[in-house]
Amino acid sequence: MAESVRQPPKKRDWSWRSQAFRGLVYQALALAAVIAIGWWLASNTAANMQARGIKSGFDFLLQPAGFDIGEPLFGYDSSHPYWQAFAVGVGNTLRVAILGIVLATLVGTLLGVGRFSRNALVRGFCYGYVELFRNVPVLVQLLMWYLLVTELLPDSTEPWQIGNVFLSKGGLTYPGPVWSAGFGWVVAGLALGALGVWFYRRWARAQFDATGRERSLFWVPLGIVIAGGVLGWFAGGMPNEWKIPVKGEFAVEGGSALTPEFLAVLLGLVLYTAAFIAEVVRAGIQSVPRGQSEAAQALGLSRSQEMRQVLLPQALRVIIPPMTNQYLNLTKNSSLAVAIGYPDVVSISNTALNQTGRAVECIAIIMAVYLTTSLATSLFMNWYNARAAIKER
Amino acid sequence: MLSSRTPKLAGLMAIAGLLAISTAHAGPVLDKIKKNGQVVCGVNTGLAGFSQADSAGNWSGLDVDVCKALAAAVLGDANKVKWVPLNAQQRFAALQSGEIDVLSRNTTFTLTRDASLGLHMTAVTYYDGQGFMVPVKSKIKDAKQLKGQTVCVQSGTTTEKNLTDFSKANNLGIKPVVFEKVEAATGAYFAGRCVAYTTDASGLASVRNKEAKNPDEHVILPQLISKEPLGPMVRRGDDEWFAIVKWVIYGLVEAEEYGITQENVDQMKSSQDPVVQRILGVSEDTGKLLGLDRDWMGRAIKAVGNYGEIFERNVGPKSPLKLPRGANNLWNKGGLMYAPPVR
Repeated sequence: MAESVRQPPKKRDWSWRSQAFRGLVYQALALAAVIAIGWWLASNTAANMQARGIKSGFDFLLQPAGFDIGEPLFGYDSSHPYWQAFAVGVGNTLRVAILGIVLATLVGTLLGVGRFSRNALVRGFCYGYVELFRNVPVLVQLLMWYLLVTELLPDSTEPWQIGNVFLSKGGLTYPGPVWSAGFGWVVAGLALGALGVWFYRRWARAQFDATGRERSLFWVPLGIVIAGGVLGWFAGGMPNEWKIPVKGEFAVEGGSALTPEFLAVLLGLVLYTAAFIAEVVRAGIQSVPRGQSEAAQALGLSRSQEMRQVLLPQALRVIIPPMTNQYLNLTKNSSLAVAIGYPDVVSISNTALNQTGRAVECIAIIMAVYLTTSLATSLFMNWYNARAAIKER
Repeated sequence: MLSSRTPKLAGLMAIAGLLAISTAHAGPVLDKIKKNGQVVCGVNTGLAGFSQADSAGNWSGLDVDVCKALAAAVLGDANKVKWVPLNAQQRFAALQSGEIDVLSRNTTFTLTRDASLGLHMTAVTYYDGQGFMVPVKSKIKDAKQLKGQTVCVQSGTTTEKNLTDFSKANNLGIKPVVFEKVEAATGAYFAGRCVAYTTDASGLASVRNKEAKNPDEHVILPQLISKEPLGPMVRRGDDEWFAIVKWVIYGLVEAEEYGITQENVDQMKSSQDPVVQRILGVSEDTGKLLGLDRDWMGRAIKAVGNYGEIFERNVGPKSPLKLPRGANNLWNKGGLMYAPPVR
């Protein structure tokens, strides 16, 4: 039957009667209109700005920025050019976005799984959490966390102290390693460990296929990576110099620090996004028919095997696409950090905009940064989605 | 640019130019203001003493009074102003785009702003300088004691750059915590997030007075780290309006110098002093040259008083801000307020 409805070979028909041809013409016209409008907007803006004597162009990026940034990820100084200031802002945005995505996924998954708990208290908590956190605007939550952090914590002059870790309005201060060449070896060791894990996994899979015996896929790889790091540390001459924070006259000095702004942004974004992720995870798990789990048990798979080999791979197909949205939302919501003084790319851009007056350029940079990070996230998630999707052959 | 396009248009403009000699040419902004019956004035969203709205929506402050004086001079009614509250980032774009006619929003005059924004600085209405506010209990007496400390600051202002310059010149390594809104910046300072808060000294006085739970717990360090001449800005391309804004401000300063006050402005019209006669348009019609009428300055003074009265009422020693007159006194009383003569 299927064979008989085969379509006749396509013939190109360049007449107005051809739907395909008409479609092409319409598309070309629409594209031309979009380009024309874009060109009109751009040239109009440029002409108007020139007529009013407003300087424009991206040349300012090479001039010294002249302002300090509270949390530089790398050695930034006010004499460095604007593009480096922007780089610091982008770094801060990525730092909070990447950490936020990882933590929100963890918290959200726990909450989502918690919705199926046999314990009514856990179930109720997860339900209440989701309803509370996803229904309060994220900006309000950020402000609330920042207010809590700055109001409730003790003054920087009398911080809470546990060992060498201090917590105060000045943030979380902890001993950090002093960076030296030896740490390059540690990084190399960790990379080597990761490579080892890849080989181990291949070997474990081959073993499983050959003998049916399962090897640990968590503890052994973890051990390999740690061992790699430790070996690297020995190879690097065992650098063990630490920056120990001490109580200063006005604030805790030295050591490594997480500022209250960073903590509040991270906390706010993670807890807000986790509520959505919990719902995504719940939907994913509920989408797997009950029969699947029963079949797994009938085959004699253990609880964890059932979860890992049967339920999760099927749930992931439902989870990944909406999860991508949540990751994108988290990244874009991080731009609200400007409200509580976290120096992300929007904050840096605001300052640059005011110093130079290049409004159009600075806004364009912000847009380009978020577009790039969002597209990169989408690209990665689409790749992962394709991997997890049902292989139709 | 226009003349190169069509010779005919150039000819018309030349004729218009000749006519303008007899009847002072009014610029497009003034025409628009007269047509709409209101001056559109960009002000701060809330800075006690400079521009703030009360619960009934009435604006007051030094920056606000400048706009009221303009409206009185141009339209004859100080209330014919449309207030557009702007934050630091919005202000220049609002003026560039023509949304507002004049930006009277404690804006510092700098070379970059004057030369690259397509805007004109008019005249200084307040000589300020950037300072620091610290809690009394921190026992900081000198800004140089802030080595390695956090300082709260609002973004989009000259303040950030001044702070960096000061920190660098004195090798202090001050860590700025930058907020978009002034309320957020001051809120964080009062919550104890930063050791100090920095902005223009007048702004510090305003914040201490308005937002501190107990103003006596905070002290403004005497040291100023920058020059901050504040004043209104107008868009480039309308020299007539530029001149009007400038001369209304000069007129207010000159009025103080010659003792014309809100109270006595009517009596002063019969003064024998030729300078007073010129300011009030009794002898010479100074308003005509600006495209205004004879009584332009008289109405402005009647509406808001002279510069000294504006200062006293909004920020002076008797106001809640209690700022000393200092550099903002008249030039012949040890200050910097020196208006070119209205003649």
